[in-house]
Amino acid sequence: MNTMTTTTATTTAVLDASGVTMRFGGLTAVRNVDLTVNAGEIVGLIGPNGAGKTTFFNCLTGLYIPTEGKVSYKGTVLPPKPHLVTQAGIARTFQNIRLFSNMTVLENVLVGRHTRTKEGLFSALLRGPGFKKAEQASHARAMELLEFTGLAHKAKHLARNLPYGEQRKLEIARALASDPGLLLLDEPTAGMNPQETRAAEELVFAIRDMGIAVLVIEHDMRFIFNLSDRVACLVQGEKLVEGTPQVVQADERVVAAYLGTPFEGAPGAEEAAEVQAAEDHAAEDHAAEDQTTEDDADAPSTTRTNRTEGDTP
Amino acid sequence: MTNLTKTTSTTSPDDSNAPLIPLPPTAARATALAGSAIALAGTFLAWTWSEEFPGNLTVTGYPGGLQTLTLTVALLTLLFTLSGYGIKGLRWLTPGGTNSPVRLLALATLGTTGFTMGAISVVLGGLVNLEPGAWISGTGALIATIGAFALPHDAHGEQPPTGLWERIRHTLKAPAPGTPQKLPGWAEILVITGVFAAGLALFAYGIDIEYPELFIGFLIAVGFAFAALGKAGLLRRLSQLAGTHRKVAMIAALVAAICFPFTQTNDQYALIGAQVLIFATVALGLNVVVGLAGLLDLGYVAFLGVGAYTAALVSGTASSAFDVKFPFWAAALAGAAASLIFGVIIGAPTLRLRGDYLAIVTLGFGEIFRITVLNLNGVTGPDITNGSNGVTNVPDLNILGFDLGIQHDFLGFSLTRSSNYFLLMLLFTVIVVLVFRRSAESRIGRAWVAIREDETAATAMGINAFRLKLLAFALGAALAGFAGSVQAHLGYSVTPEQYQFAGSVAPNSAFLLAAVILGGMGTIAGPLIGAALLYLIPAKLAFMQDYQLVLFGLALILLMRFRPEGLIADRRKKLEFHEHEQQTTPDAPPPGSTTGVAKAGA
Repeated sequence: MNTMTTTTATTTAVLDASGVTMRFGGLTAVRNVDLTVNAGEIVGLIGPNGAGKTTFFNCLTGLYIPTEGKVSYKGTVLPPKPHLVTQAGIARTFQNIRLFSNMTVLENVLVGRHTRTKEGLFSALLRGPGFKKAEQASHARAMELLEFTGLAHKAKHLARNLPYGEQRKLEIARALASDPGLLLLDEPTAGMNPQETRAAEELVFAIRDMGIAVLVIEHDMRFIFNLSDRVACLVQGEKLVEGTPQVVQADERVVAAYLGTPFEGAPGAEEAAEVQAAEDHAAEDHAAEDQTTEDDADAPSTTRTNRTEGDTP
Repeated sequence: MTNLTKTTSTTSPDDSNAPLIPLPPTAARATALAGSAIALAGTFLAWTWSEEFPGNLTVTGYPGGLQTLTLTVALLTLLFTLSGYGIKGLRWLTPGGTNSPVRLLALATLGTTGFTMGAISVVLGGLVNLEPGAWISGTGALIATIGAFALPHDAHGEQPPTGLWERIRHTLKAPAPGTPQKLPGWAEILVITGVFAAGLALFAYGIDIEYPELFIGFLIAVGFAFAALGKAGLLRRLSQLAGTHRKVAMIAALVAAICFPFTQTNDQYALIGAQVLIFATVALGLNVVVGLAGLLDLGYVAFLGVGAYTAALVSGTASSAFDVKFPFWAAALAGAAASLIFGVIIGAPTLRLRGDYLAIVTLGFGEIFRITVLNLNGVTGPDITNGSNGVTNVPDLNILGFDLGIQHDFLGFSLTRSSNYFLLMLLFTVIVVLVFRRSAESRIGRAWVAIREDETAATAMGINAFRLKLLAFALGAALAGFAGSVQAHLGYSVTPEQYQFAGSVAPNSAFLLAAVILGGMGTIAGPLIGAALLYLIPAKLAFMQDYQLVLFGLALILLMRFRPEGLIADRRKKLEFHEHEQQTTPDAPPPGSTTGVAKAGA
């Protein structure tokens, strides 16, 4: 824990979660997890199914009240109420898409503006010039975000009628509408095809370039190692390892957590060794790729399609 | 294809796509035309010999009572059949389906005529009481129906249905109308005005009906005719027009409503009008709670009661425990404020619950209000509300020297007491409509809908769900209390029995909720129309008082089965309807992943 605080001292920490523990009765879903996200950083959170990633997210956003530990945003401790967390500047998306399906795409984003507008009921009833101005500003901002995510042409459609990939994008646009300083993405590419995943990657980089720090949960390893500046791996509610993608990738415990450890003298040990060798080789390739990722991250406007070929500079 | 004989076991797709009755299309159309003409002619003859049957159907050459209904629907059938020939001046009648409206209208003719013949036979005892005119109209209606069901389908290229019921439903399907020809602005406004005038005439006619036979016939005719207009695509055209000229439409509706009391000479019917309006206004208030915020409130009528009791207690009546007399504006505000406080008191603990739990708790609170008021009688509690006797002799209102209790004569029109209250209530309705519309189309309204859609996601978007739900609850309560202050004066007395969960008198919690659901949740017109129907039907069909709740339940079940979005679908539900249309519209830029990339990187 102490090492964390020393690292955050150098750069400004947007999110600082320390000692977060979440127990449901006898089950400890999250155990003493520390995590910081610095300004302008993309942090990945990985871990096998049931590792407690989403529970940890819910603790951060106030959906759950952590049993122990505290979460602070830009130095102030967050109250465990979802709407206050959003007001403070943390926005999130959900693992299973939770759009307002019977509202239009534009209305969905406008709902996201809720915390950044003040007009109450009386202002709405009286319809003064202030109300109209605020309403117009909200519309303009919402359309801007739809433009940004490439959904502007579908602004008047019902959210439920969007194809899956666009629903994911809309969730991100809606989260961005609250002008967050930190965006939490819960499996943004689940169920997407490779092209869509690449587009999502671009989107996350563009969001980072807007000055918004991103914390992302993902199972797509290629995606997460391309994207993240740092990766933390959660296993059985505990943080196993945290570091640069290369460090995490090379960590045997991470591999074991996902694949399991071969026991001594198991039949087929030779094959296992071969696979291991292949994996090591692949990991090296990945490391090379990640090098490019970091280079690219500085110039995100370049198209990334050619980069995935794995050319090392 | 049309010459295929109809078989009971339909297997070949060609066969099931053929009309129900096999006739060549030209012959079918001619049959429908001839049938409706015969039915039309028959209404000018005597249908029965005795004036004992209400409405006097004995005169030849002058249709009366139920005959006018048959006359009207037969005329409509004739016009829509002619429109099917593509006659120039009539083509605008059927922008959507051409033949399915004819089928529905022919059924309307058959229904009204058949019902009248049945009613005459029952009332006067036997078929012998029917004069030739009735038989001519009946036969004409039957011929028209046969012709109509032999007309080709409107819906093409769909899965051929199997089974008789499915096939009948298939014959009634109609395509949506295409993009309309642009009319000049004044013509569109004229159309809107005409439609609202027609609506007013229809409503006034319905309220003025004096005997149940005519009312049932009226319901049959209106029900089928509206379905036919919907299939013809006219209703959708109309809602498009009203959408483009929203202000005009709202003013036209208001003017039509203001005109209503001037069409009434009988105070009894004006009273029904005023009560419909109270019911409708309260239903609209409930629509804020149920339709927008999605909170199922089963005790809503208690708020009307709080408003009414408050207004009655400060009205200066001798039976009030307080010896004060507020001016009406103060009484109305007091009623609204009391309801609001009551709403907050009930809402604060209950709104932490979700779904079914909230419904149960509000149901309980509704009953608690009634029982509390019953017990504040000086025996089982302090004497405030006179228990079951209620607060009686509430005086008539006098606003700025205008006594609402007496008849006033203007320019040859006379406004009765109920008409005065109708106009006062109309002012309240307008306020409630404005409040509903303005709050719905704002940040607050969007937050309510978001909470209704997904409360967890809404809170994650920064919405304080509890506070906004409480706001919706309190606003709804205040609107009901507002309406209650008029109700206290209109009804002279306020008793606990008026504010039950379910009962035979219309503004009770069950009926209010039904009006909202029947009319269409989240809309303005929906609860108004739903309330009008739910008040008028029991008021006009007194003979079925005993079975009212059974029939009412049955009607709700049928409605939920066949039109779950209510009579008036809200904008979002409409979009749901257009789902397939939306998906077929070509998107200008292909919504590929590249759009996001290019724009995100820029």
